[in-house]
Amino acid sequence: MSDDPIVQMTGIRKDFTGVRALDGVDFTLRPGEIHAVMGENGAGKSTLIKVLTGVHAPDAGEILLEGRPVRFHSPGGAQAAGISTVYQEVNLTDNLSVAENLFAGREPRRGPFIDFRAMRRKARALLAEIGIDLNVAAPLSAYSIAMQQLVAIARAVDIEAKVLILDEPTSSLDRDEVEVLLGVMRRLAEGGTALVFISHFLDQVYEIADRMTVLRNGALVGSWATADLPQGELIGHMLGREAATLEQIERDASAHRVADEEPLVRAEGLGRKGSIAPYDLTIRRGEVVGLAGLLGSGRTETARLIAGADRADAGSLVFDGAPAGRHNPRTAAARGIAFCPENRKTEGLVGDLSVAENMILAMQASRGWARSVPAARRDRLVAEFIEKLDIRPADPAMPVKNLSGGNQQKVLLARWMLVEPKLLILDEPTRGIDVGAKADIQRLVAELSGGGMAVLFVSAELDEVTRLSDRIAVLRDRALVAVLESEADMTTDRIVDAIVSGGHRA
Amino acid sequence: MTAHTLTERPARSTLLDGLGRYVPIGATLALLLVLYFTGVANYPKFDQPQVVAKLFIDNAPLLVIAVGMTFVILSGGIDLSVGSVMAFSTMASAWLTVEAGIAAPLALVLVLAFGTAWGVLIGAVIHHFNVQPFIATLVGLFLFRGLTLQISETDVSMRDIEFFGWGMTHVEFFGKVRDGGFWLPYLSFGAFAVVIVAFVVLHYTRFGRSVYAVGGSEQSALLMGLPVARTKIGVYAVSGFCAALAGVFAAFATKSANPLANVGTELDAIAAVVIGGTLLTGGAGFVLGTVAGVMVWGVLNTLIAFQGNLSSWWARIAMGVLLLAFILLQRVLARSGEKRRA
Repeated sequence: MSDDPIVQMTGIRKDFTGVRALDGVDFTLRPGEIHAVMGENGAGKSTLIKVLTGVHAPDAGEILLEGRPVRFHSPGGAQAAGISTVYQEVNLTDNLSVAENLFAGREPRRGPFIDFRAMRRKARALLAEIGIDLNVAAPLSAYSIAMQQLVAIARAVDIEAKVLILDEPTSSLDRDEVEVLLGVMRRLAEGGTALVFISHFLDQVYEIADRMTVLRNGALVGSWATADLPQGELIGHMLGREAATLEQIERDASAHRVADEEPLVRAEGLGRKGSIAPYDLTIRRGEVVGLAGLLGSGRTETARLIAGADRADAGSLVFDGAPAGRHNPRTAAARGIAFCPENRKTEGLVGDLSVAENMILAMQASRGWARSVPAARRDRLVAEFIEKLDIRPADPAMPVKNLSGGNQQKVLLARWMLVEPKLLILDEPTRGIDVGAKADIQRLVAELSGGGMAVLFVSAELDEVTRLSDRIAVLRDRALVAVLESEADMTTDRIVDAIVSGGHRA
Repeated sequence: MTAHTLTERPARSTLLDGLGRYVPIGATLALLLVLYFTGVANYPKFDQPQVVAKLFIDNAPLLVIAVGMTFVILSGGIDLSVGSVMAFSTMASAWLTVEAGIAAPLALVLVLAFGTAWGVLIGAVIHHFNVQPFIATLVGLFLFRGLTLQISETDVSMRDIEFFGWGMTHVEFFGKVRDGGFWLPYLSFGAFAVVIVAFVVLHYTRFGRSVYAVGGSEQSALLMGLPVARTKIGVYAVSGFCAALAGVFAAFATKSANPLANVGTELDAIAAVVIGGTLLTGGAGFVLGTVAGVMVWGVLNTLIAFQGNLSSWWARIAMGVLLLAFILLQRVLARSGEKRRA
């Protein structure tokens, strides 16, 4: 490992229509190191990366690559200079084959024509090198998102990269796939490539990173060697507030009592062929019911039946004392069921509308088109929720697409809180967002249920489910296998046991 | 090195997936055969080879335009200017040779260069100013129709220019038509050449694959470091060139320029491309599908001509119905694809 930095960014500043996304940030990257960039959503990590990769031009500051000042005008320019990137969302074209995606723009050619045979051969070799085996002639769309992500990484690896940037590459990968990825990263670092790693998974960061640079609110907090920065301190730096926030909620959530009355939701034998086996589930007022299980176990499907997003073909559903077997999202919303779907970008928010407009959508829908929400009332409510949920930047007129993931999620939550539903269904509300926003959202869920709202909470993170839930329904292979009720059962170990044993006690 | 290898089979078999991609074009070919054999069964002389050959004579300009349109639509755009550019190119050819007295080969080179330059210009506007292709190319639709009429409000004949006799020179195959043979003019071979070049470019060159990539996801193509600007400008240049070439073909075929010719040709071309199985959203389709789409349009017209007592507008009515059917087919296929992935 040489000590001459390969990338040196100094005093980087970037403004977006009045919002300062980066303010005088310095960043140094050395060959052969794995450098984690840490920070909350909206801290400026993505902007910093995009400045380095030529997506955004900095408004001030200097970038030195191997000691020479550079200024990239496009990702292509940065790639040519040896900086390649894997983004959080798979940025490949899934209408082309795996091999074409790996070699797009630099296909092996014979004369002016692409040599497909050589390309497929090289593609197989490249994938074998990082430990995956696919049919490289098949279109990329035939593979899972996780595999597509690995293909994107293989592409970035193969471009003679001096600097490889991985922006949340692991958020859609399962454990085995993460292992493959981390192995590839280590090997690249040993070969002298400098890696920038961005991840919300602190375990992974601590497992792999040599150094960390922490950003907060667009400003540099500092850089540390991983060994010198314990987790608690890191979180403190990232949040700039007491690191104990997450612990606080645990007590709040377990403090509130569940009233003994007729349940708000009673599902009996509710199911849908090919989606989820018939299940029984009740949710009482003021109760948080968690849905836990592995990816693909039927968590989302369970929630969608109750939300009316999918139609059940078996069983019955009683909501608030009246049958609700044949409802759709519209009638469900009218009766007080709010559903925040997993994919906030495509199923929830309207990116080009402002924060205020997005928040008010459901409330307006419930009033009908003829009675618009008075502007003064709207502004007051929106301002109230922006403050309450700590949405940043606190600008009601900002288009939602300019917000970071965690803040978008908060806008979506605010939308449903405005209509004061009886049942709030949250599908993975904290996925892909940072610790601070996670804590905000968890605290909010606890508050809402304390106020008498029933919450159905879907999450892949068992810690979160156990911390928040009064009861936990465990799913496996598209069936509900156990409902954990007693205080003693509310541990991640018990959930894992239930998943493993399929609900039958050993 | 990692200890284990991750393997994943595609969500569906590759064979089936390959087939899935060919369903729209297969449907088009099936439709084409059904239409053709309907004609053979109902009308005498429909089975003469010349009936098929005539499809490639009458529709040579449309074929060339539709090939250019395929590039644009594959990239996720649309080009409404081609009908007007074509009419303008025919008129400009006539004016340059008849009025200005420029040698015909030079005049045609100028016309083709101009059509390409127009494509580059409008492509640059679309890309650099982020204008919707629909509006940007609508500019061309109005502009060139107006310019064409400005040159002449009446037909201009090119009968006296000897050079224009070249295009309709016959090449006979298997003897005379009455002996079961057929003939094709040089123009048809020009159209075939365009199709073959387009096929090779789209499937075997970096530019062609970039067209598919940009059509699949422009954002991804940009982040993958593909030359998005060059590709987008390139497809409009190809389309502009093809439109000008179609205009030149029309000059050869009719030896006259009509200022009101080719009104709505851009829409015929779009219809042919879509019926040929290319997705309007871009990223999927084949230039050979476009050939089949143009042939469907040609066979429909031939059927109506053989029937003799139907108005030629029935071809459009049938085309409308077919277009609807094909759009719905594409949606159904896309949706089942999404379901399989989910």
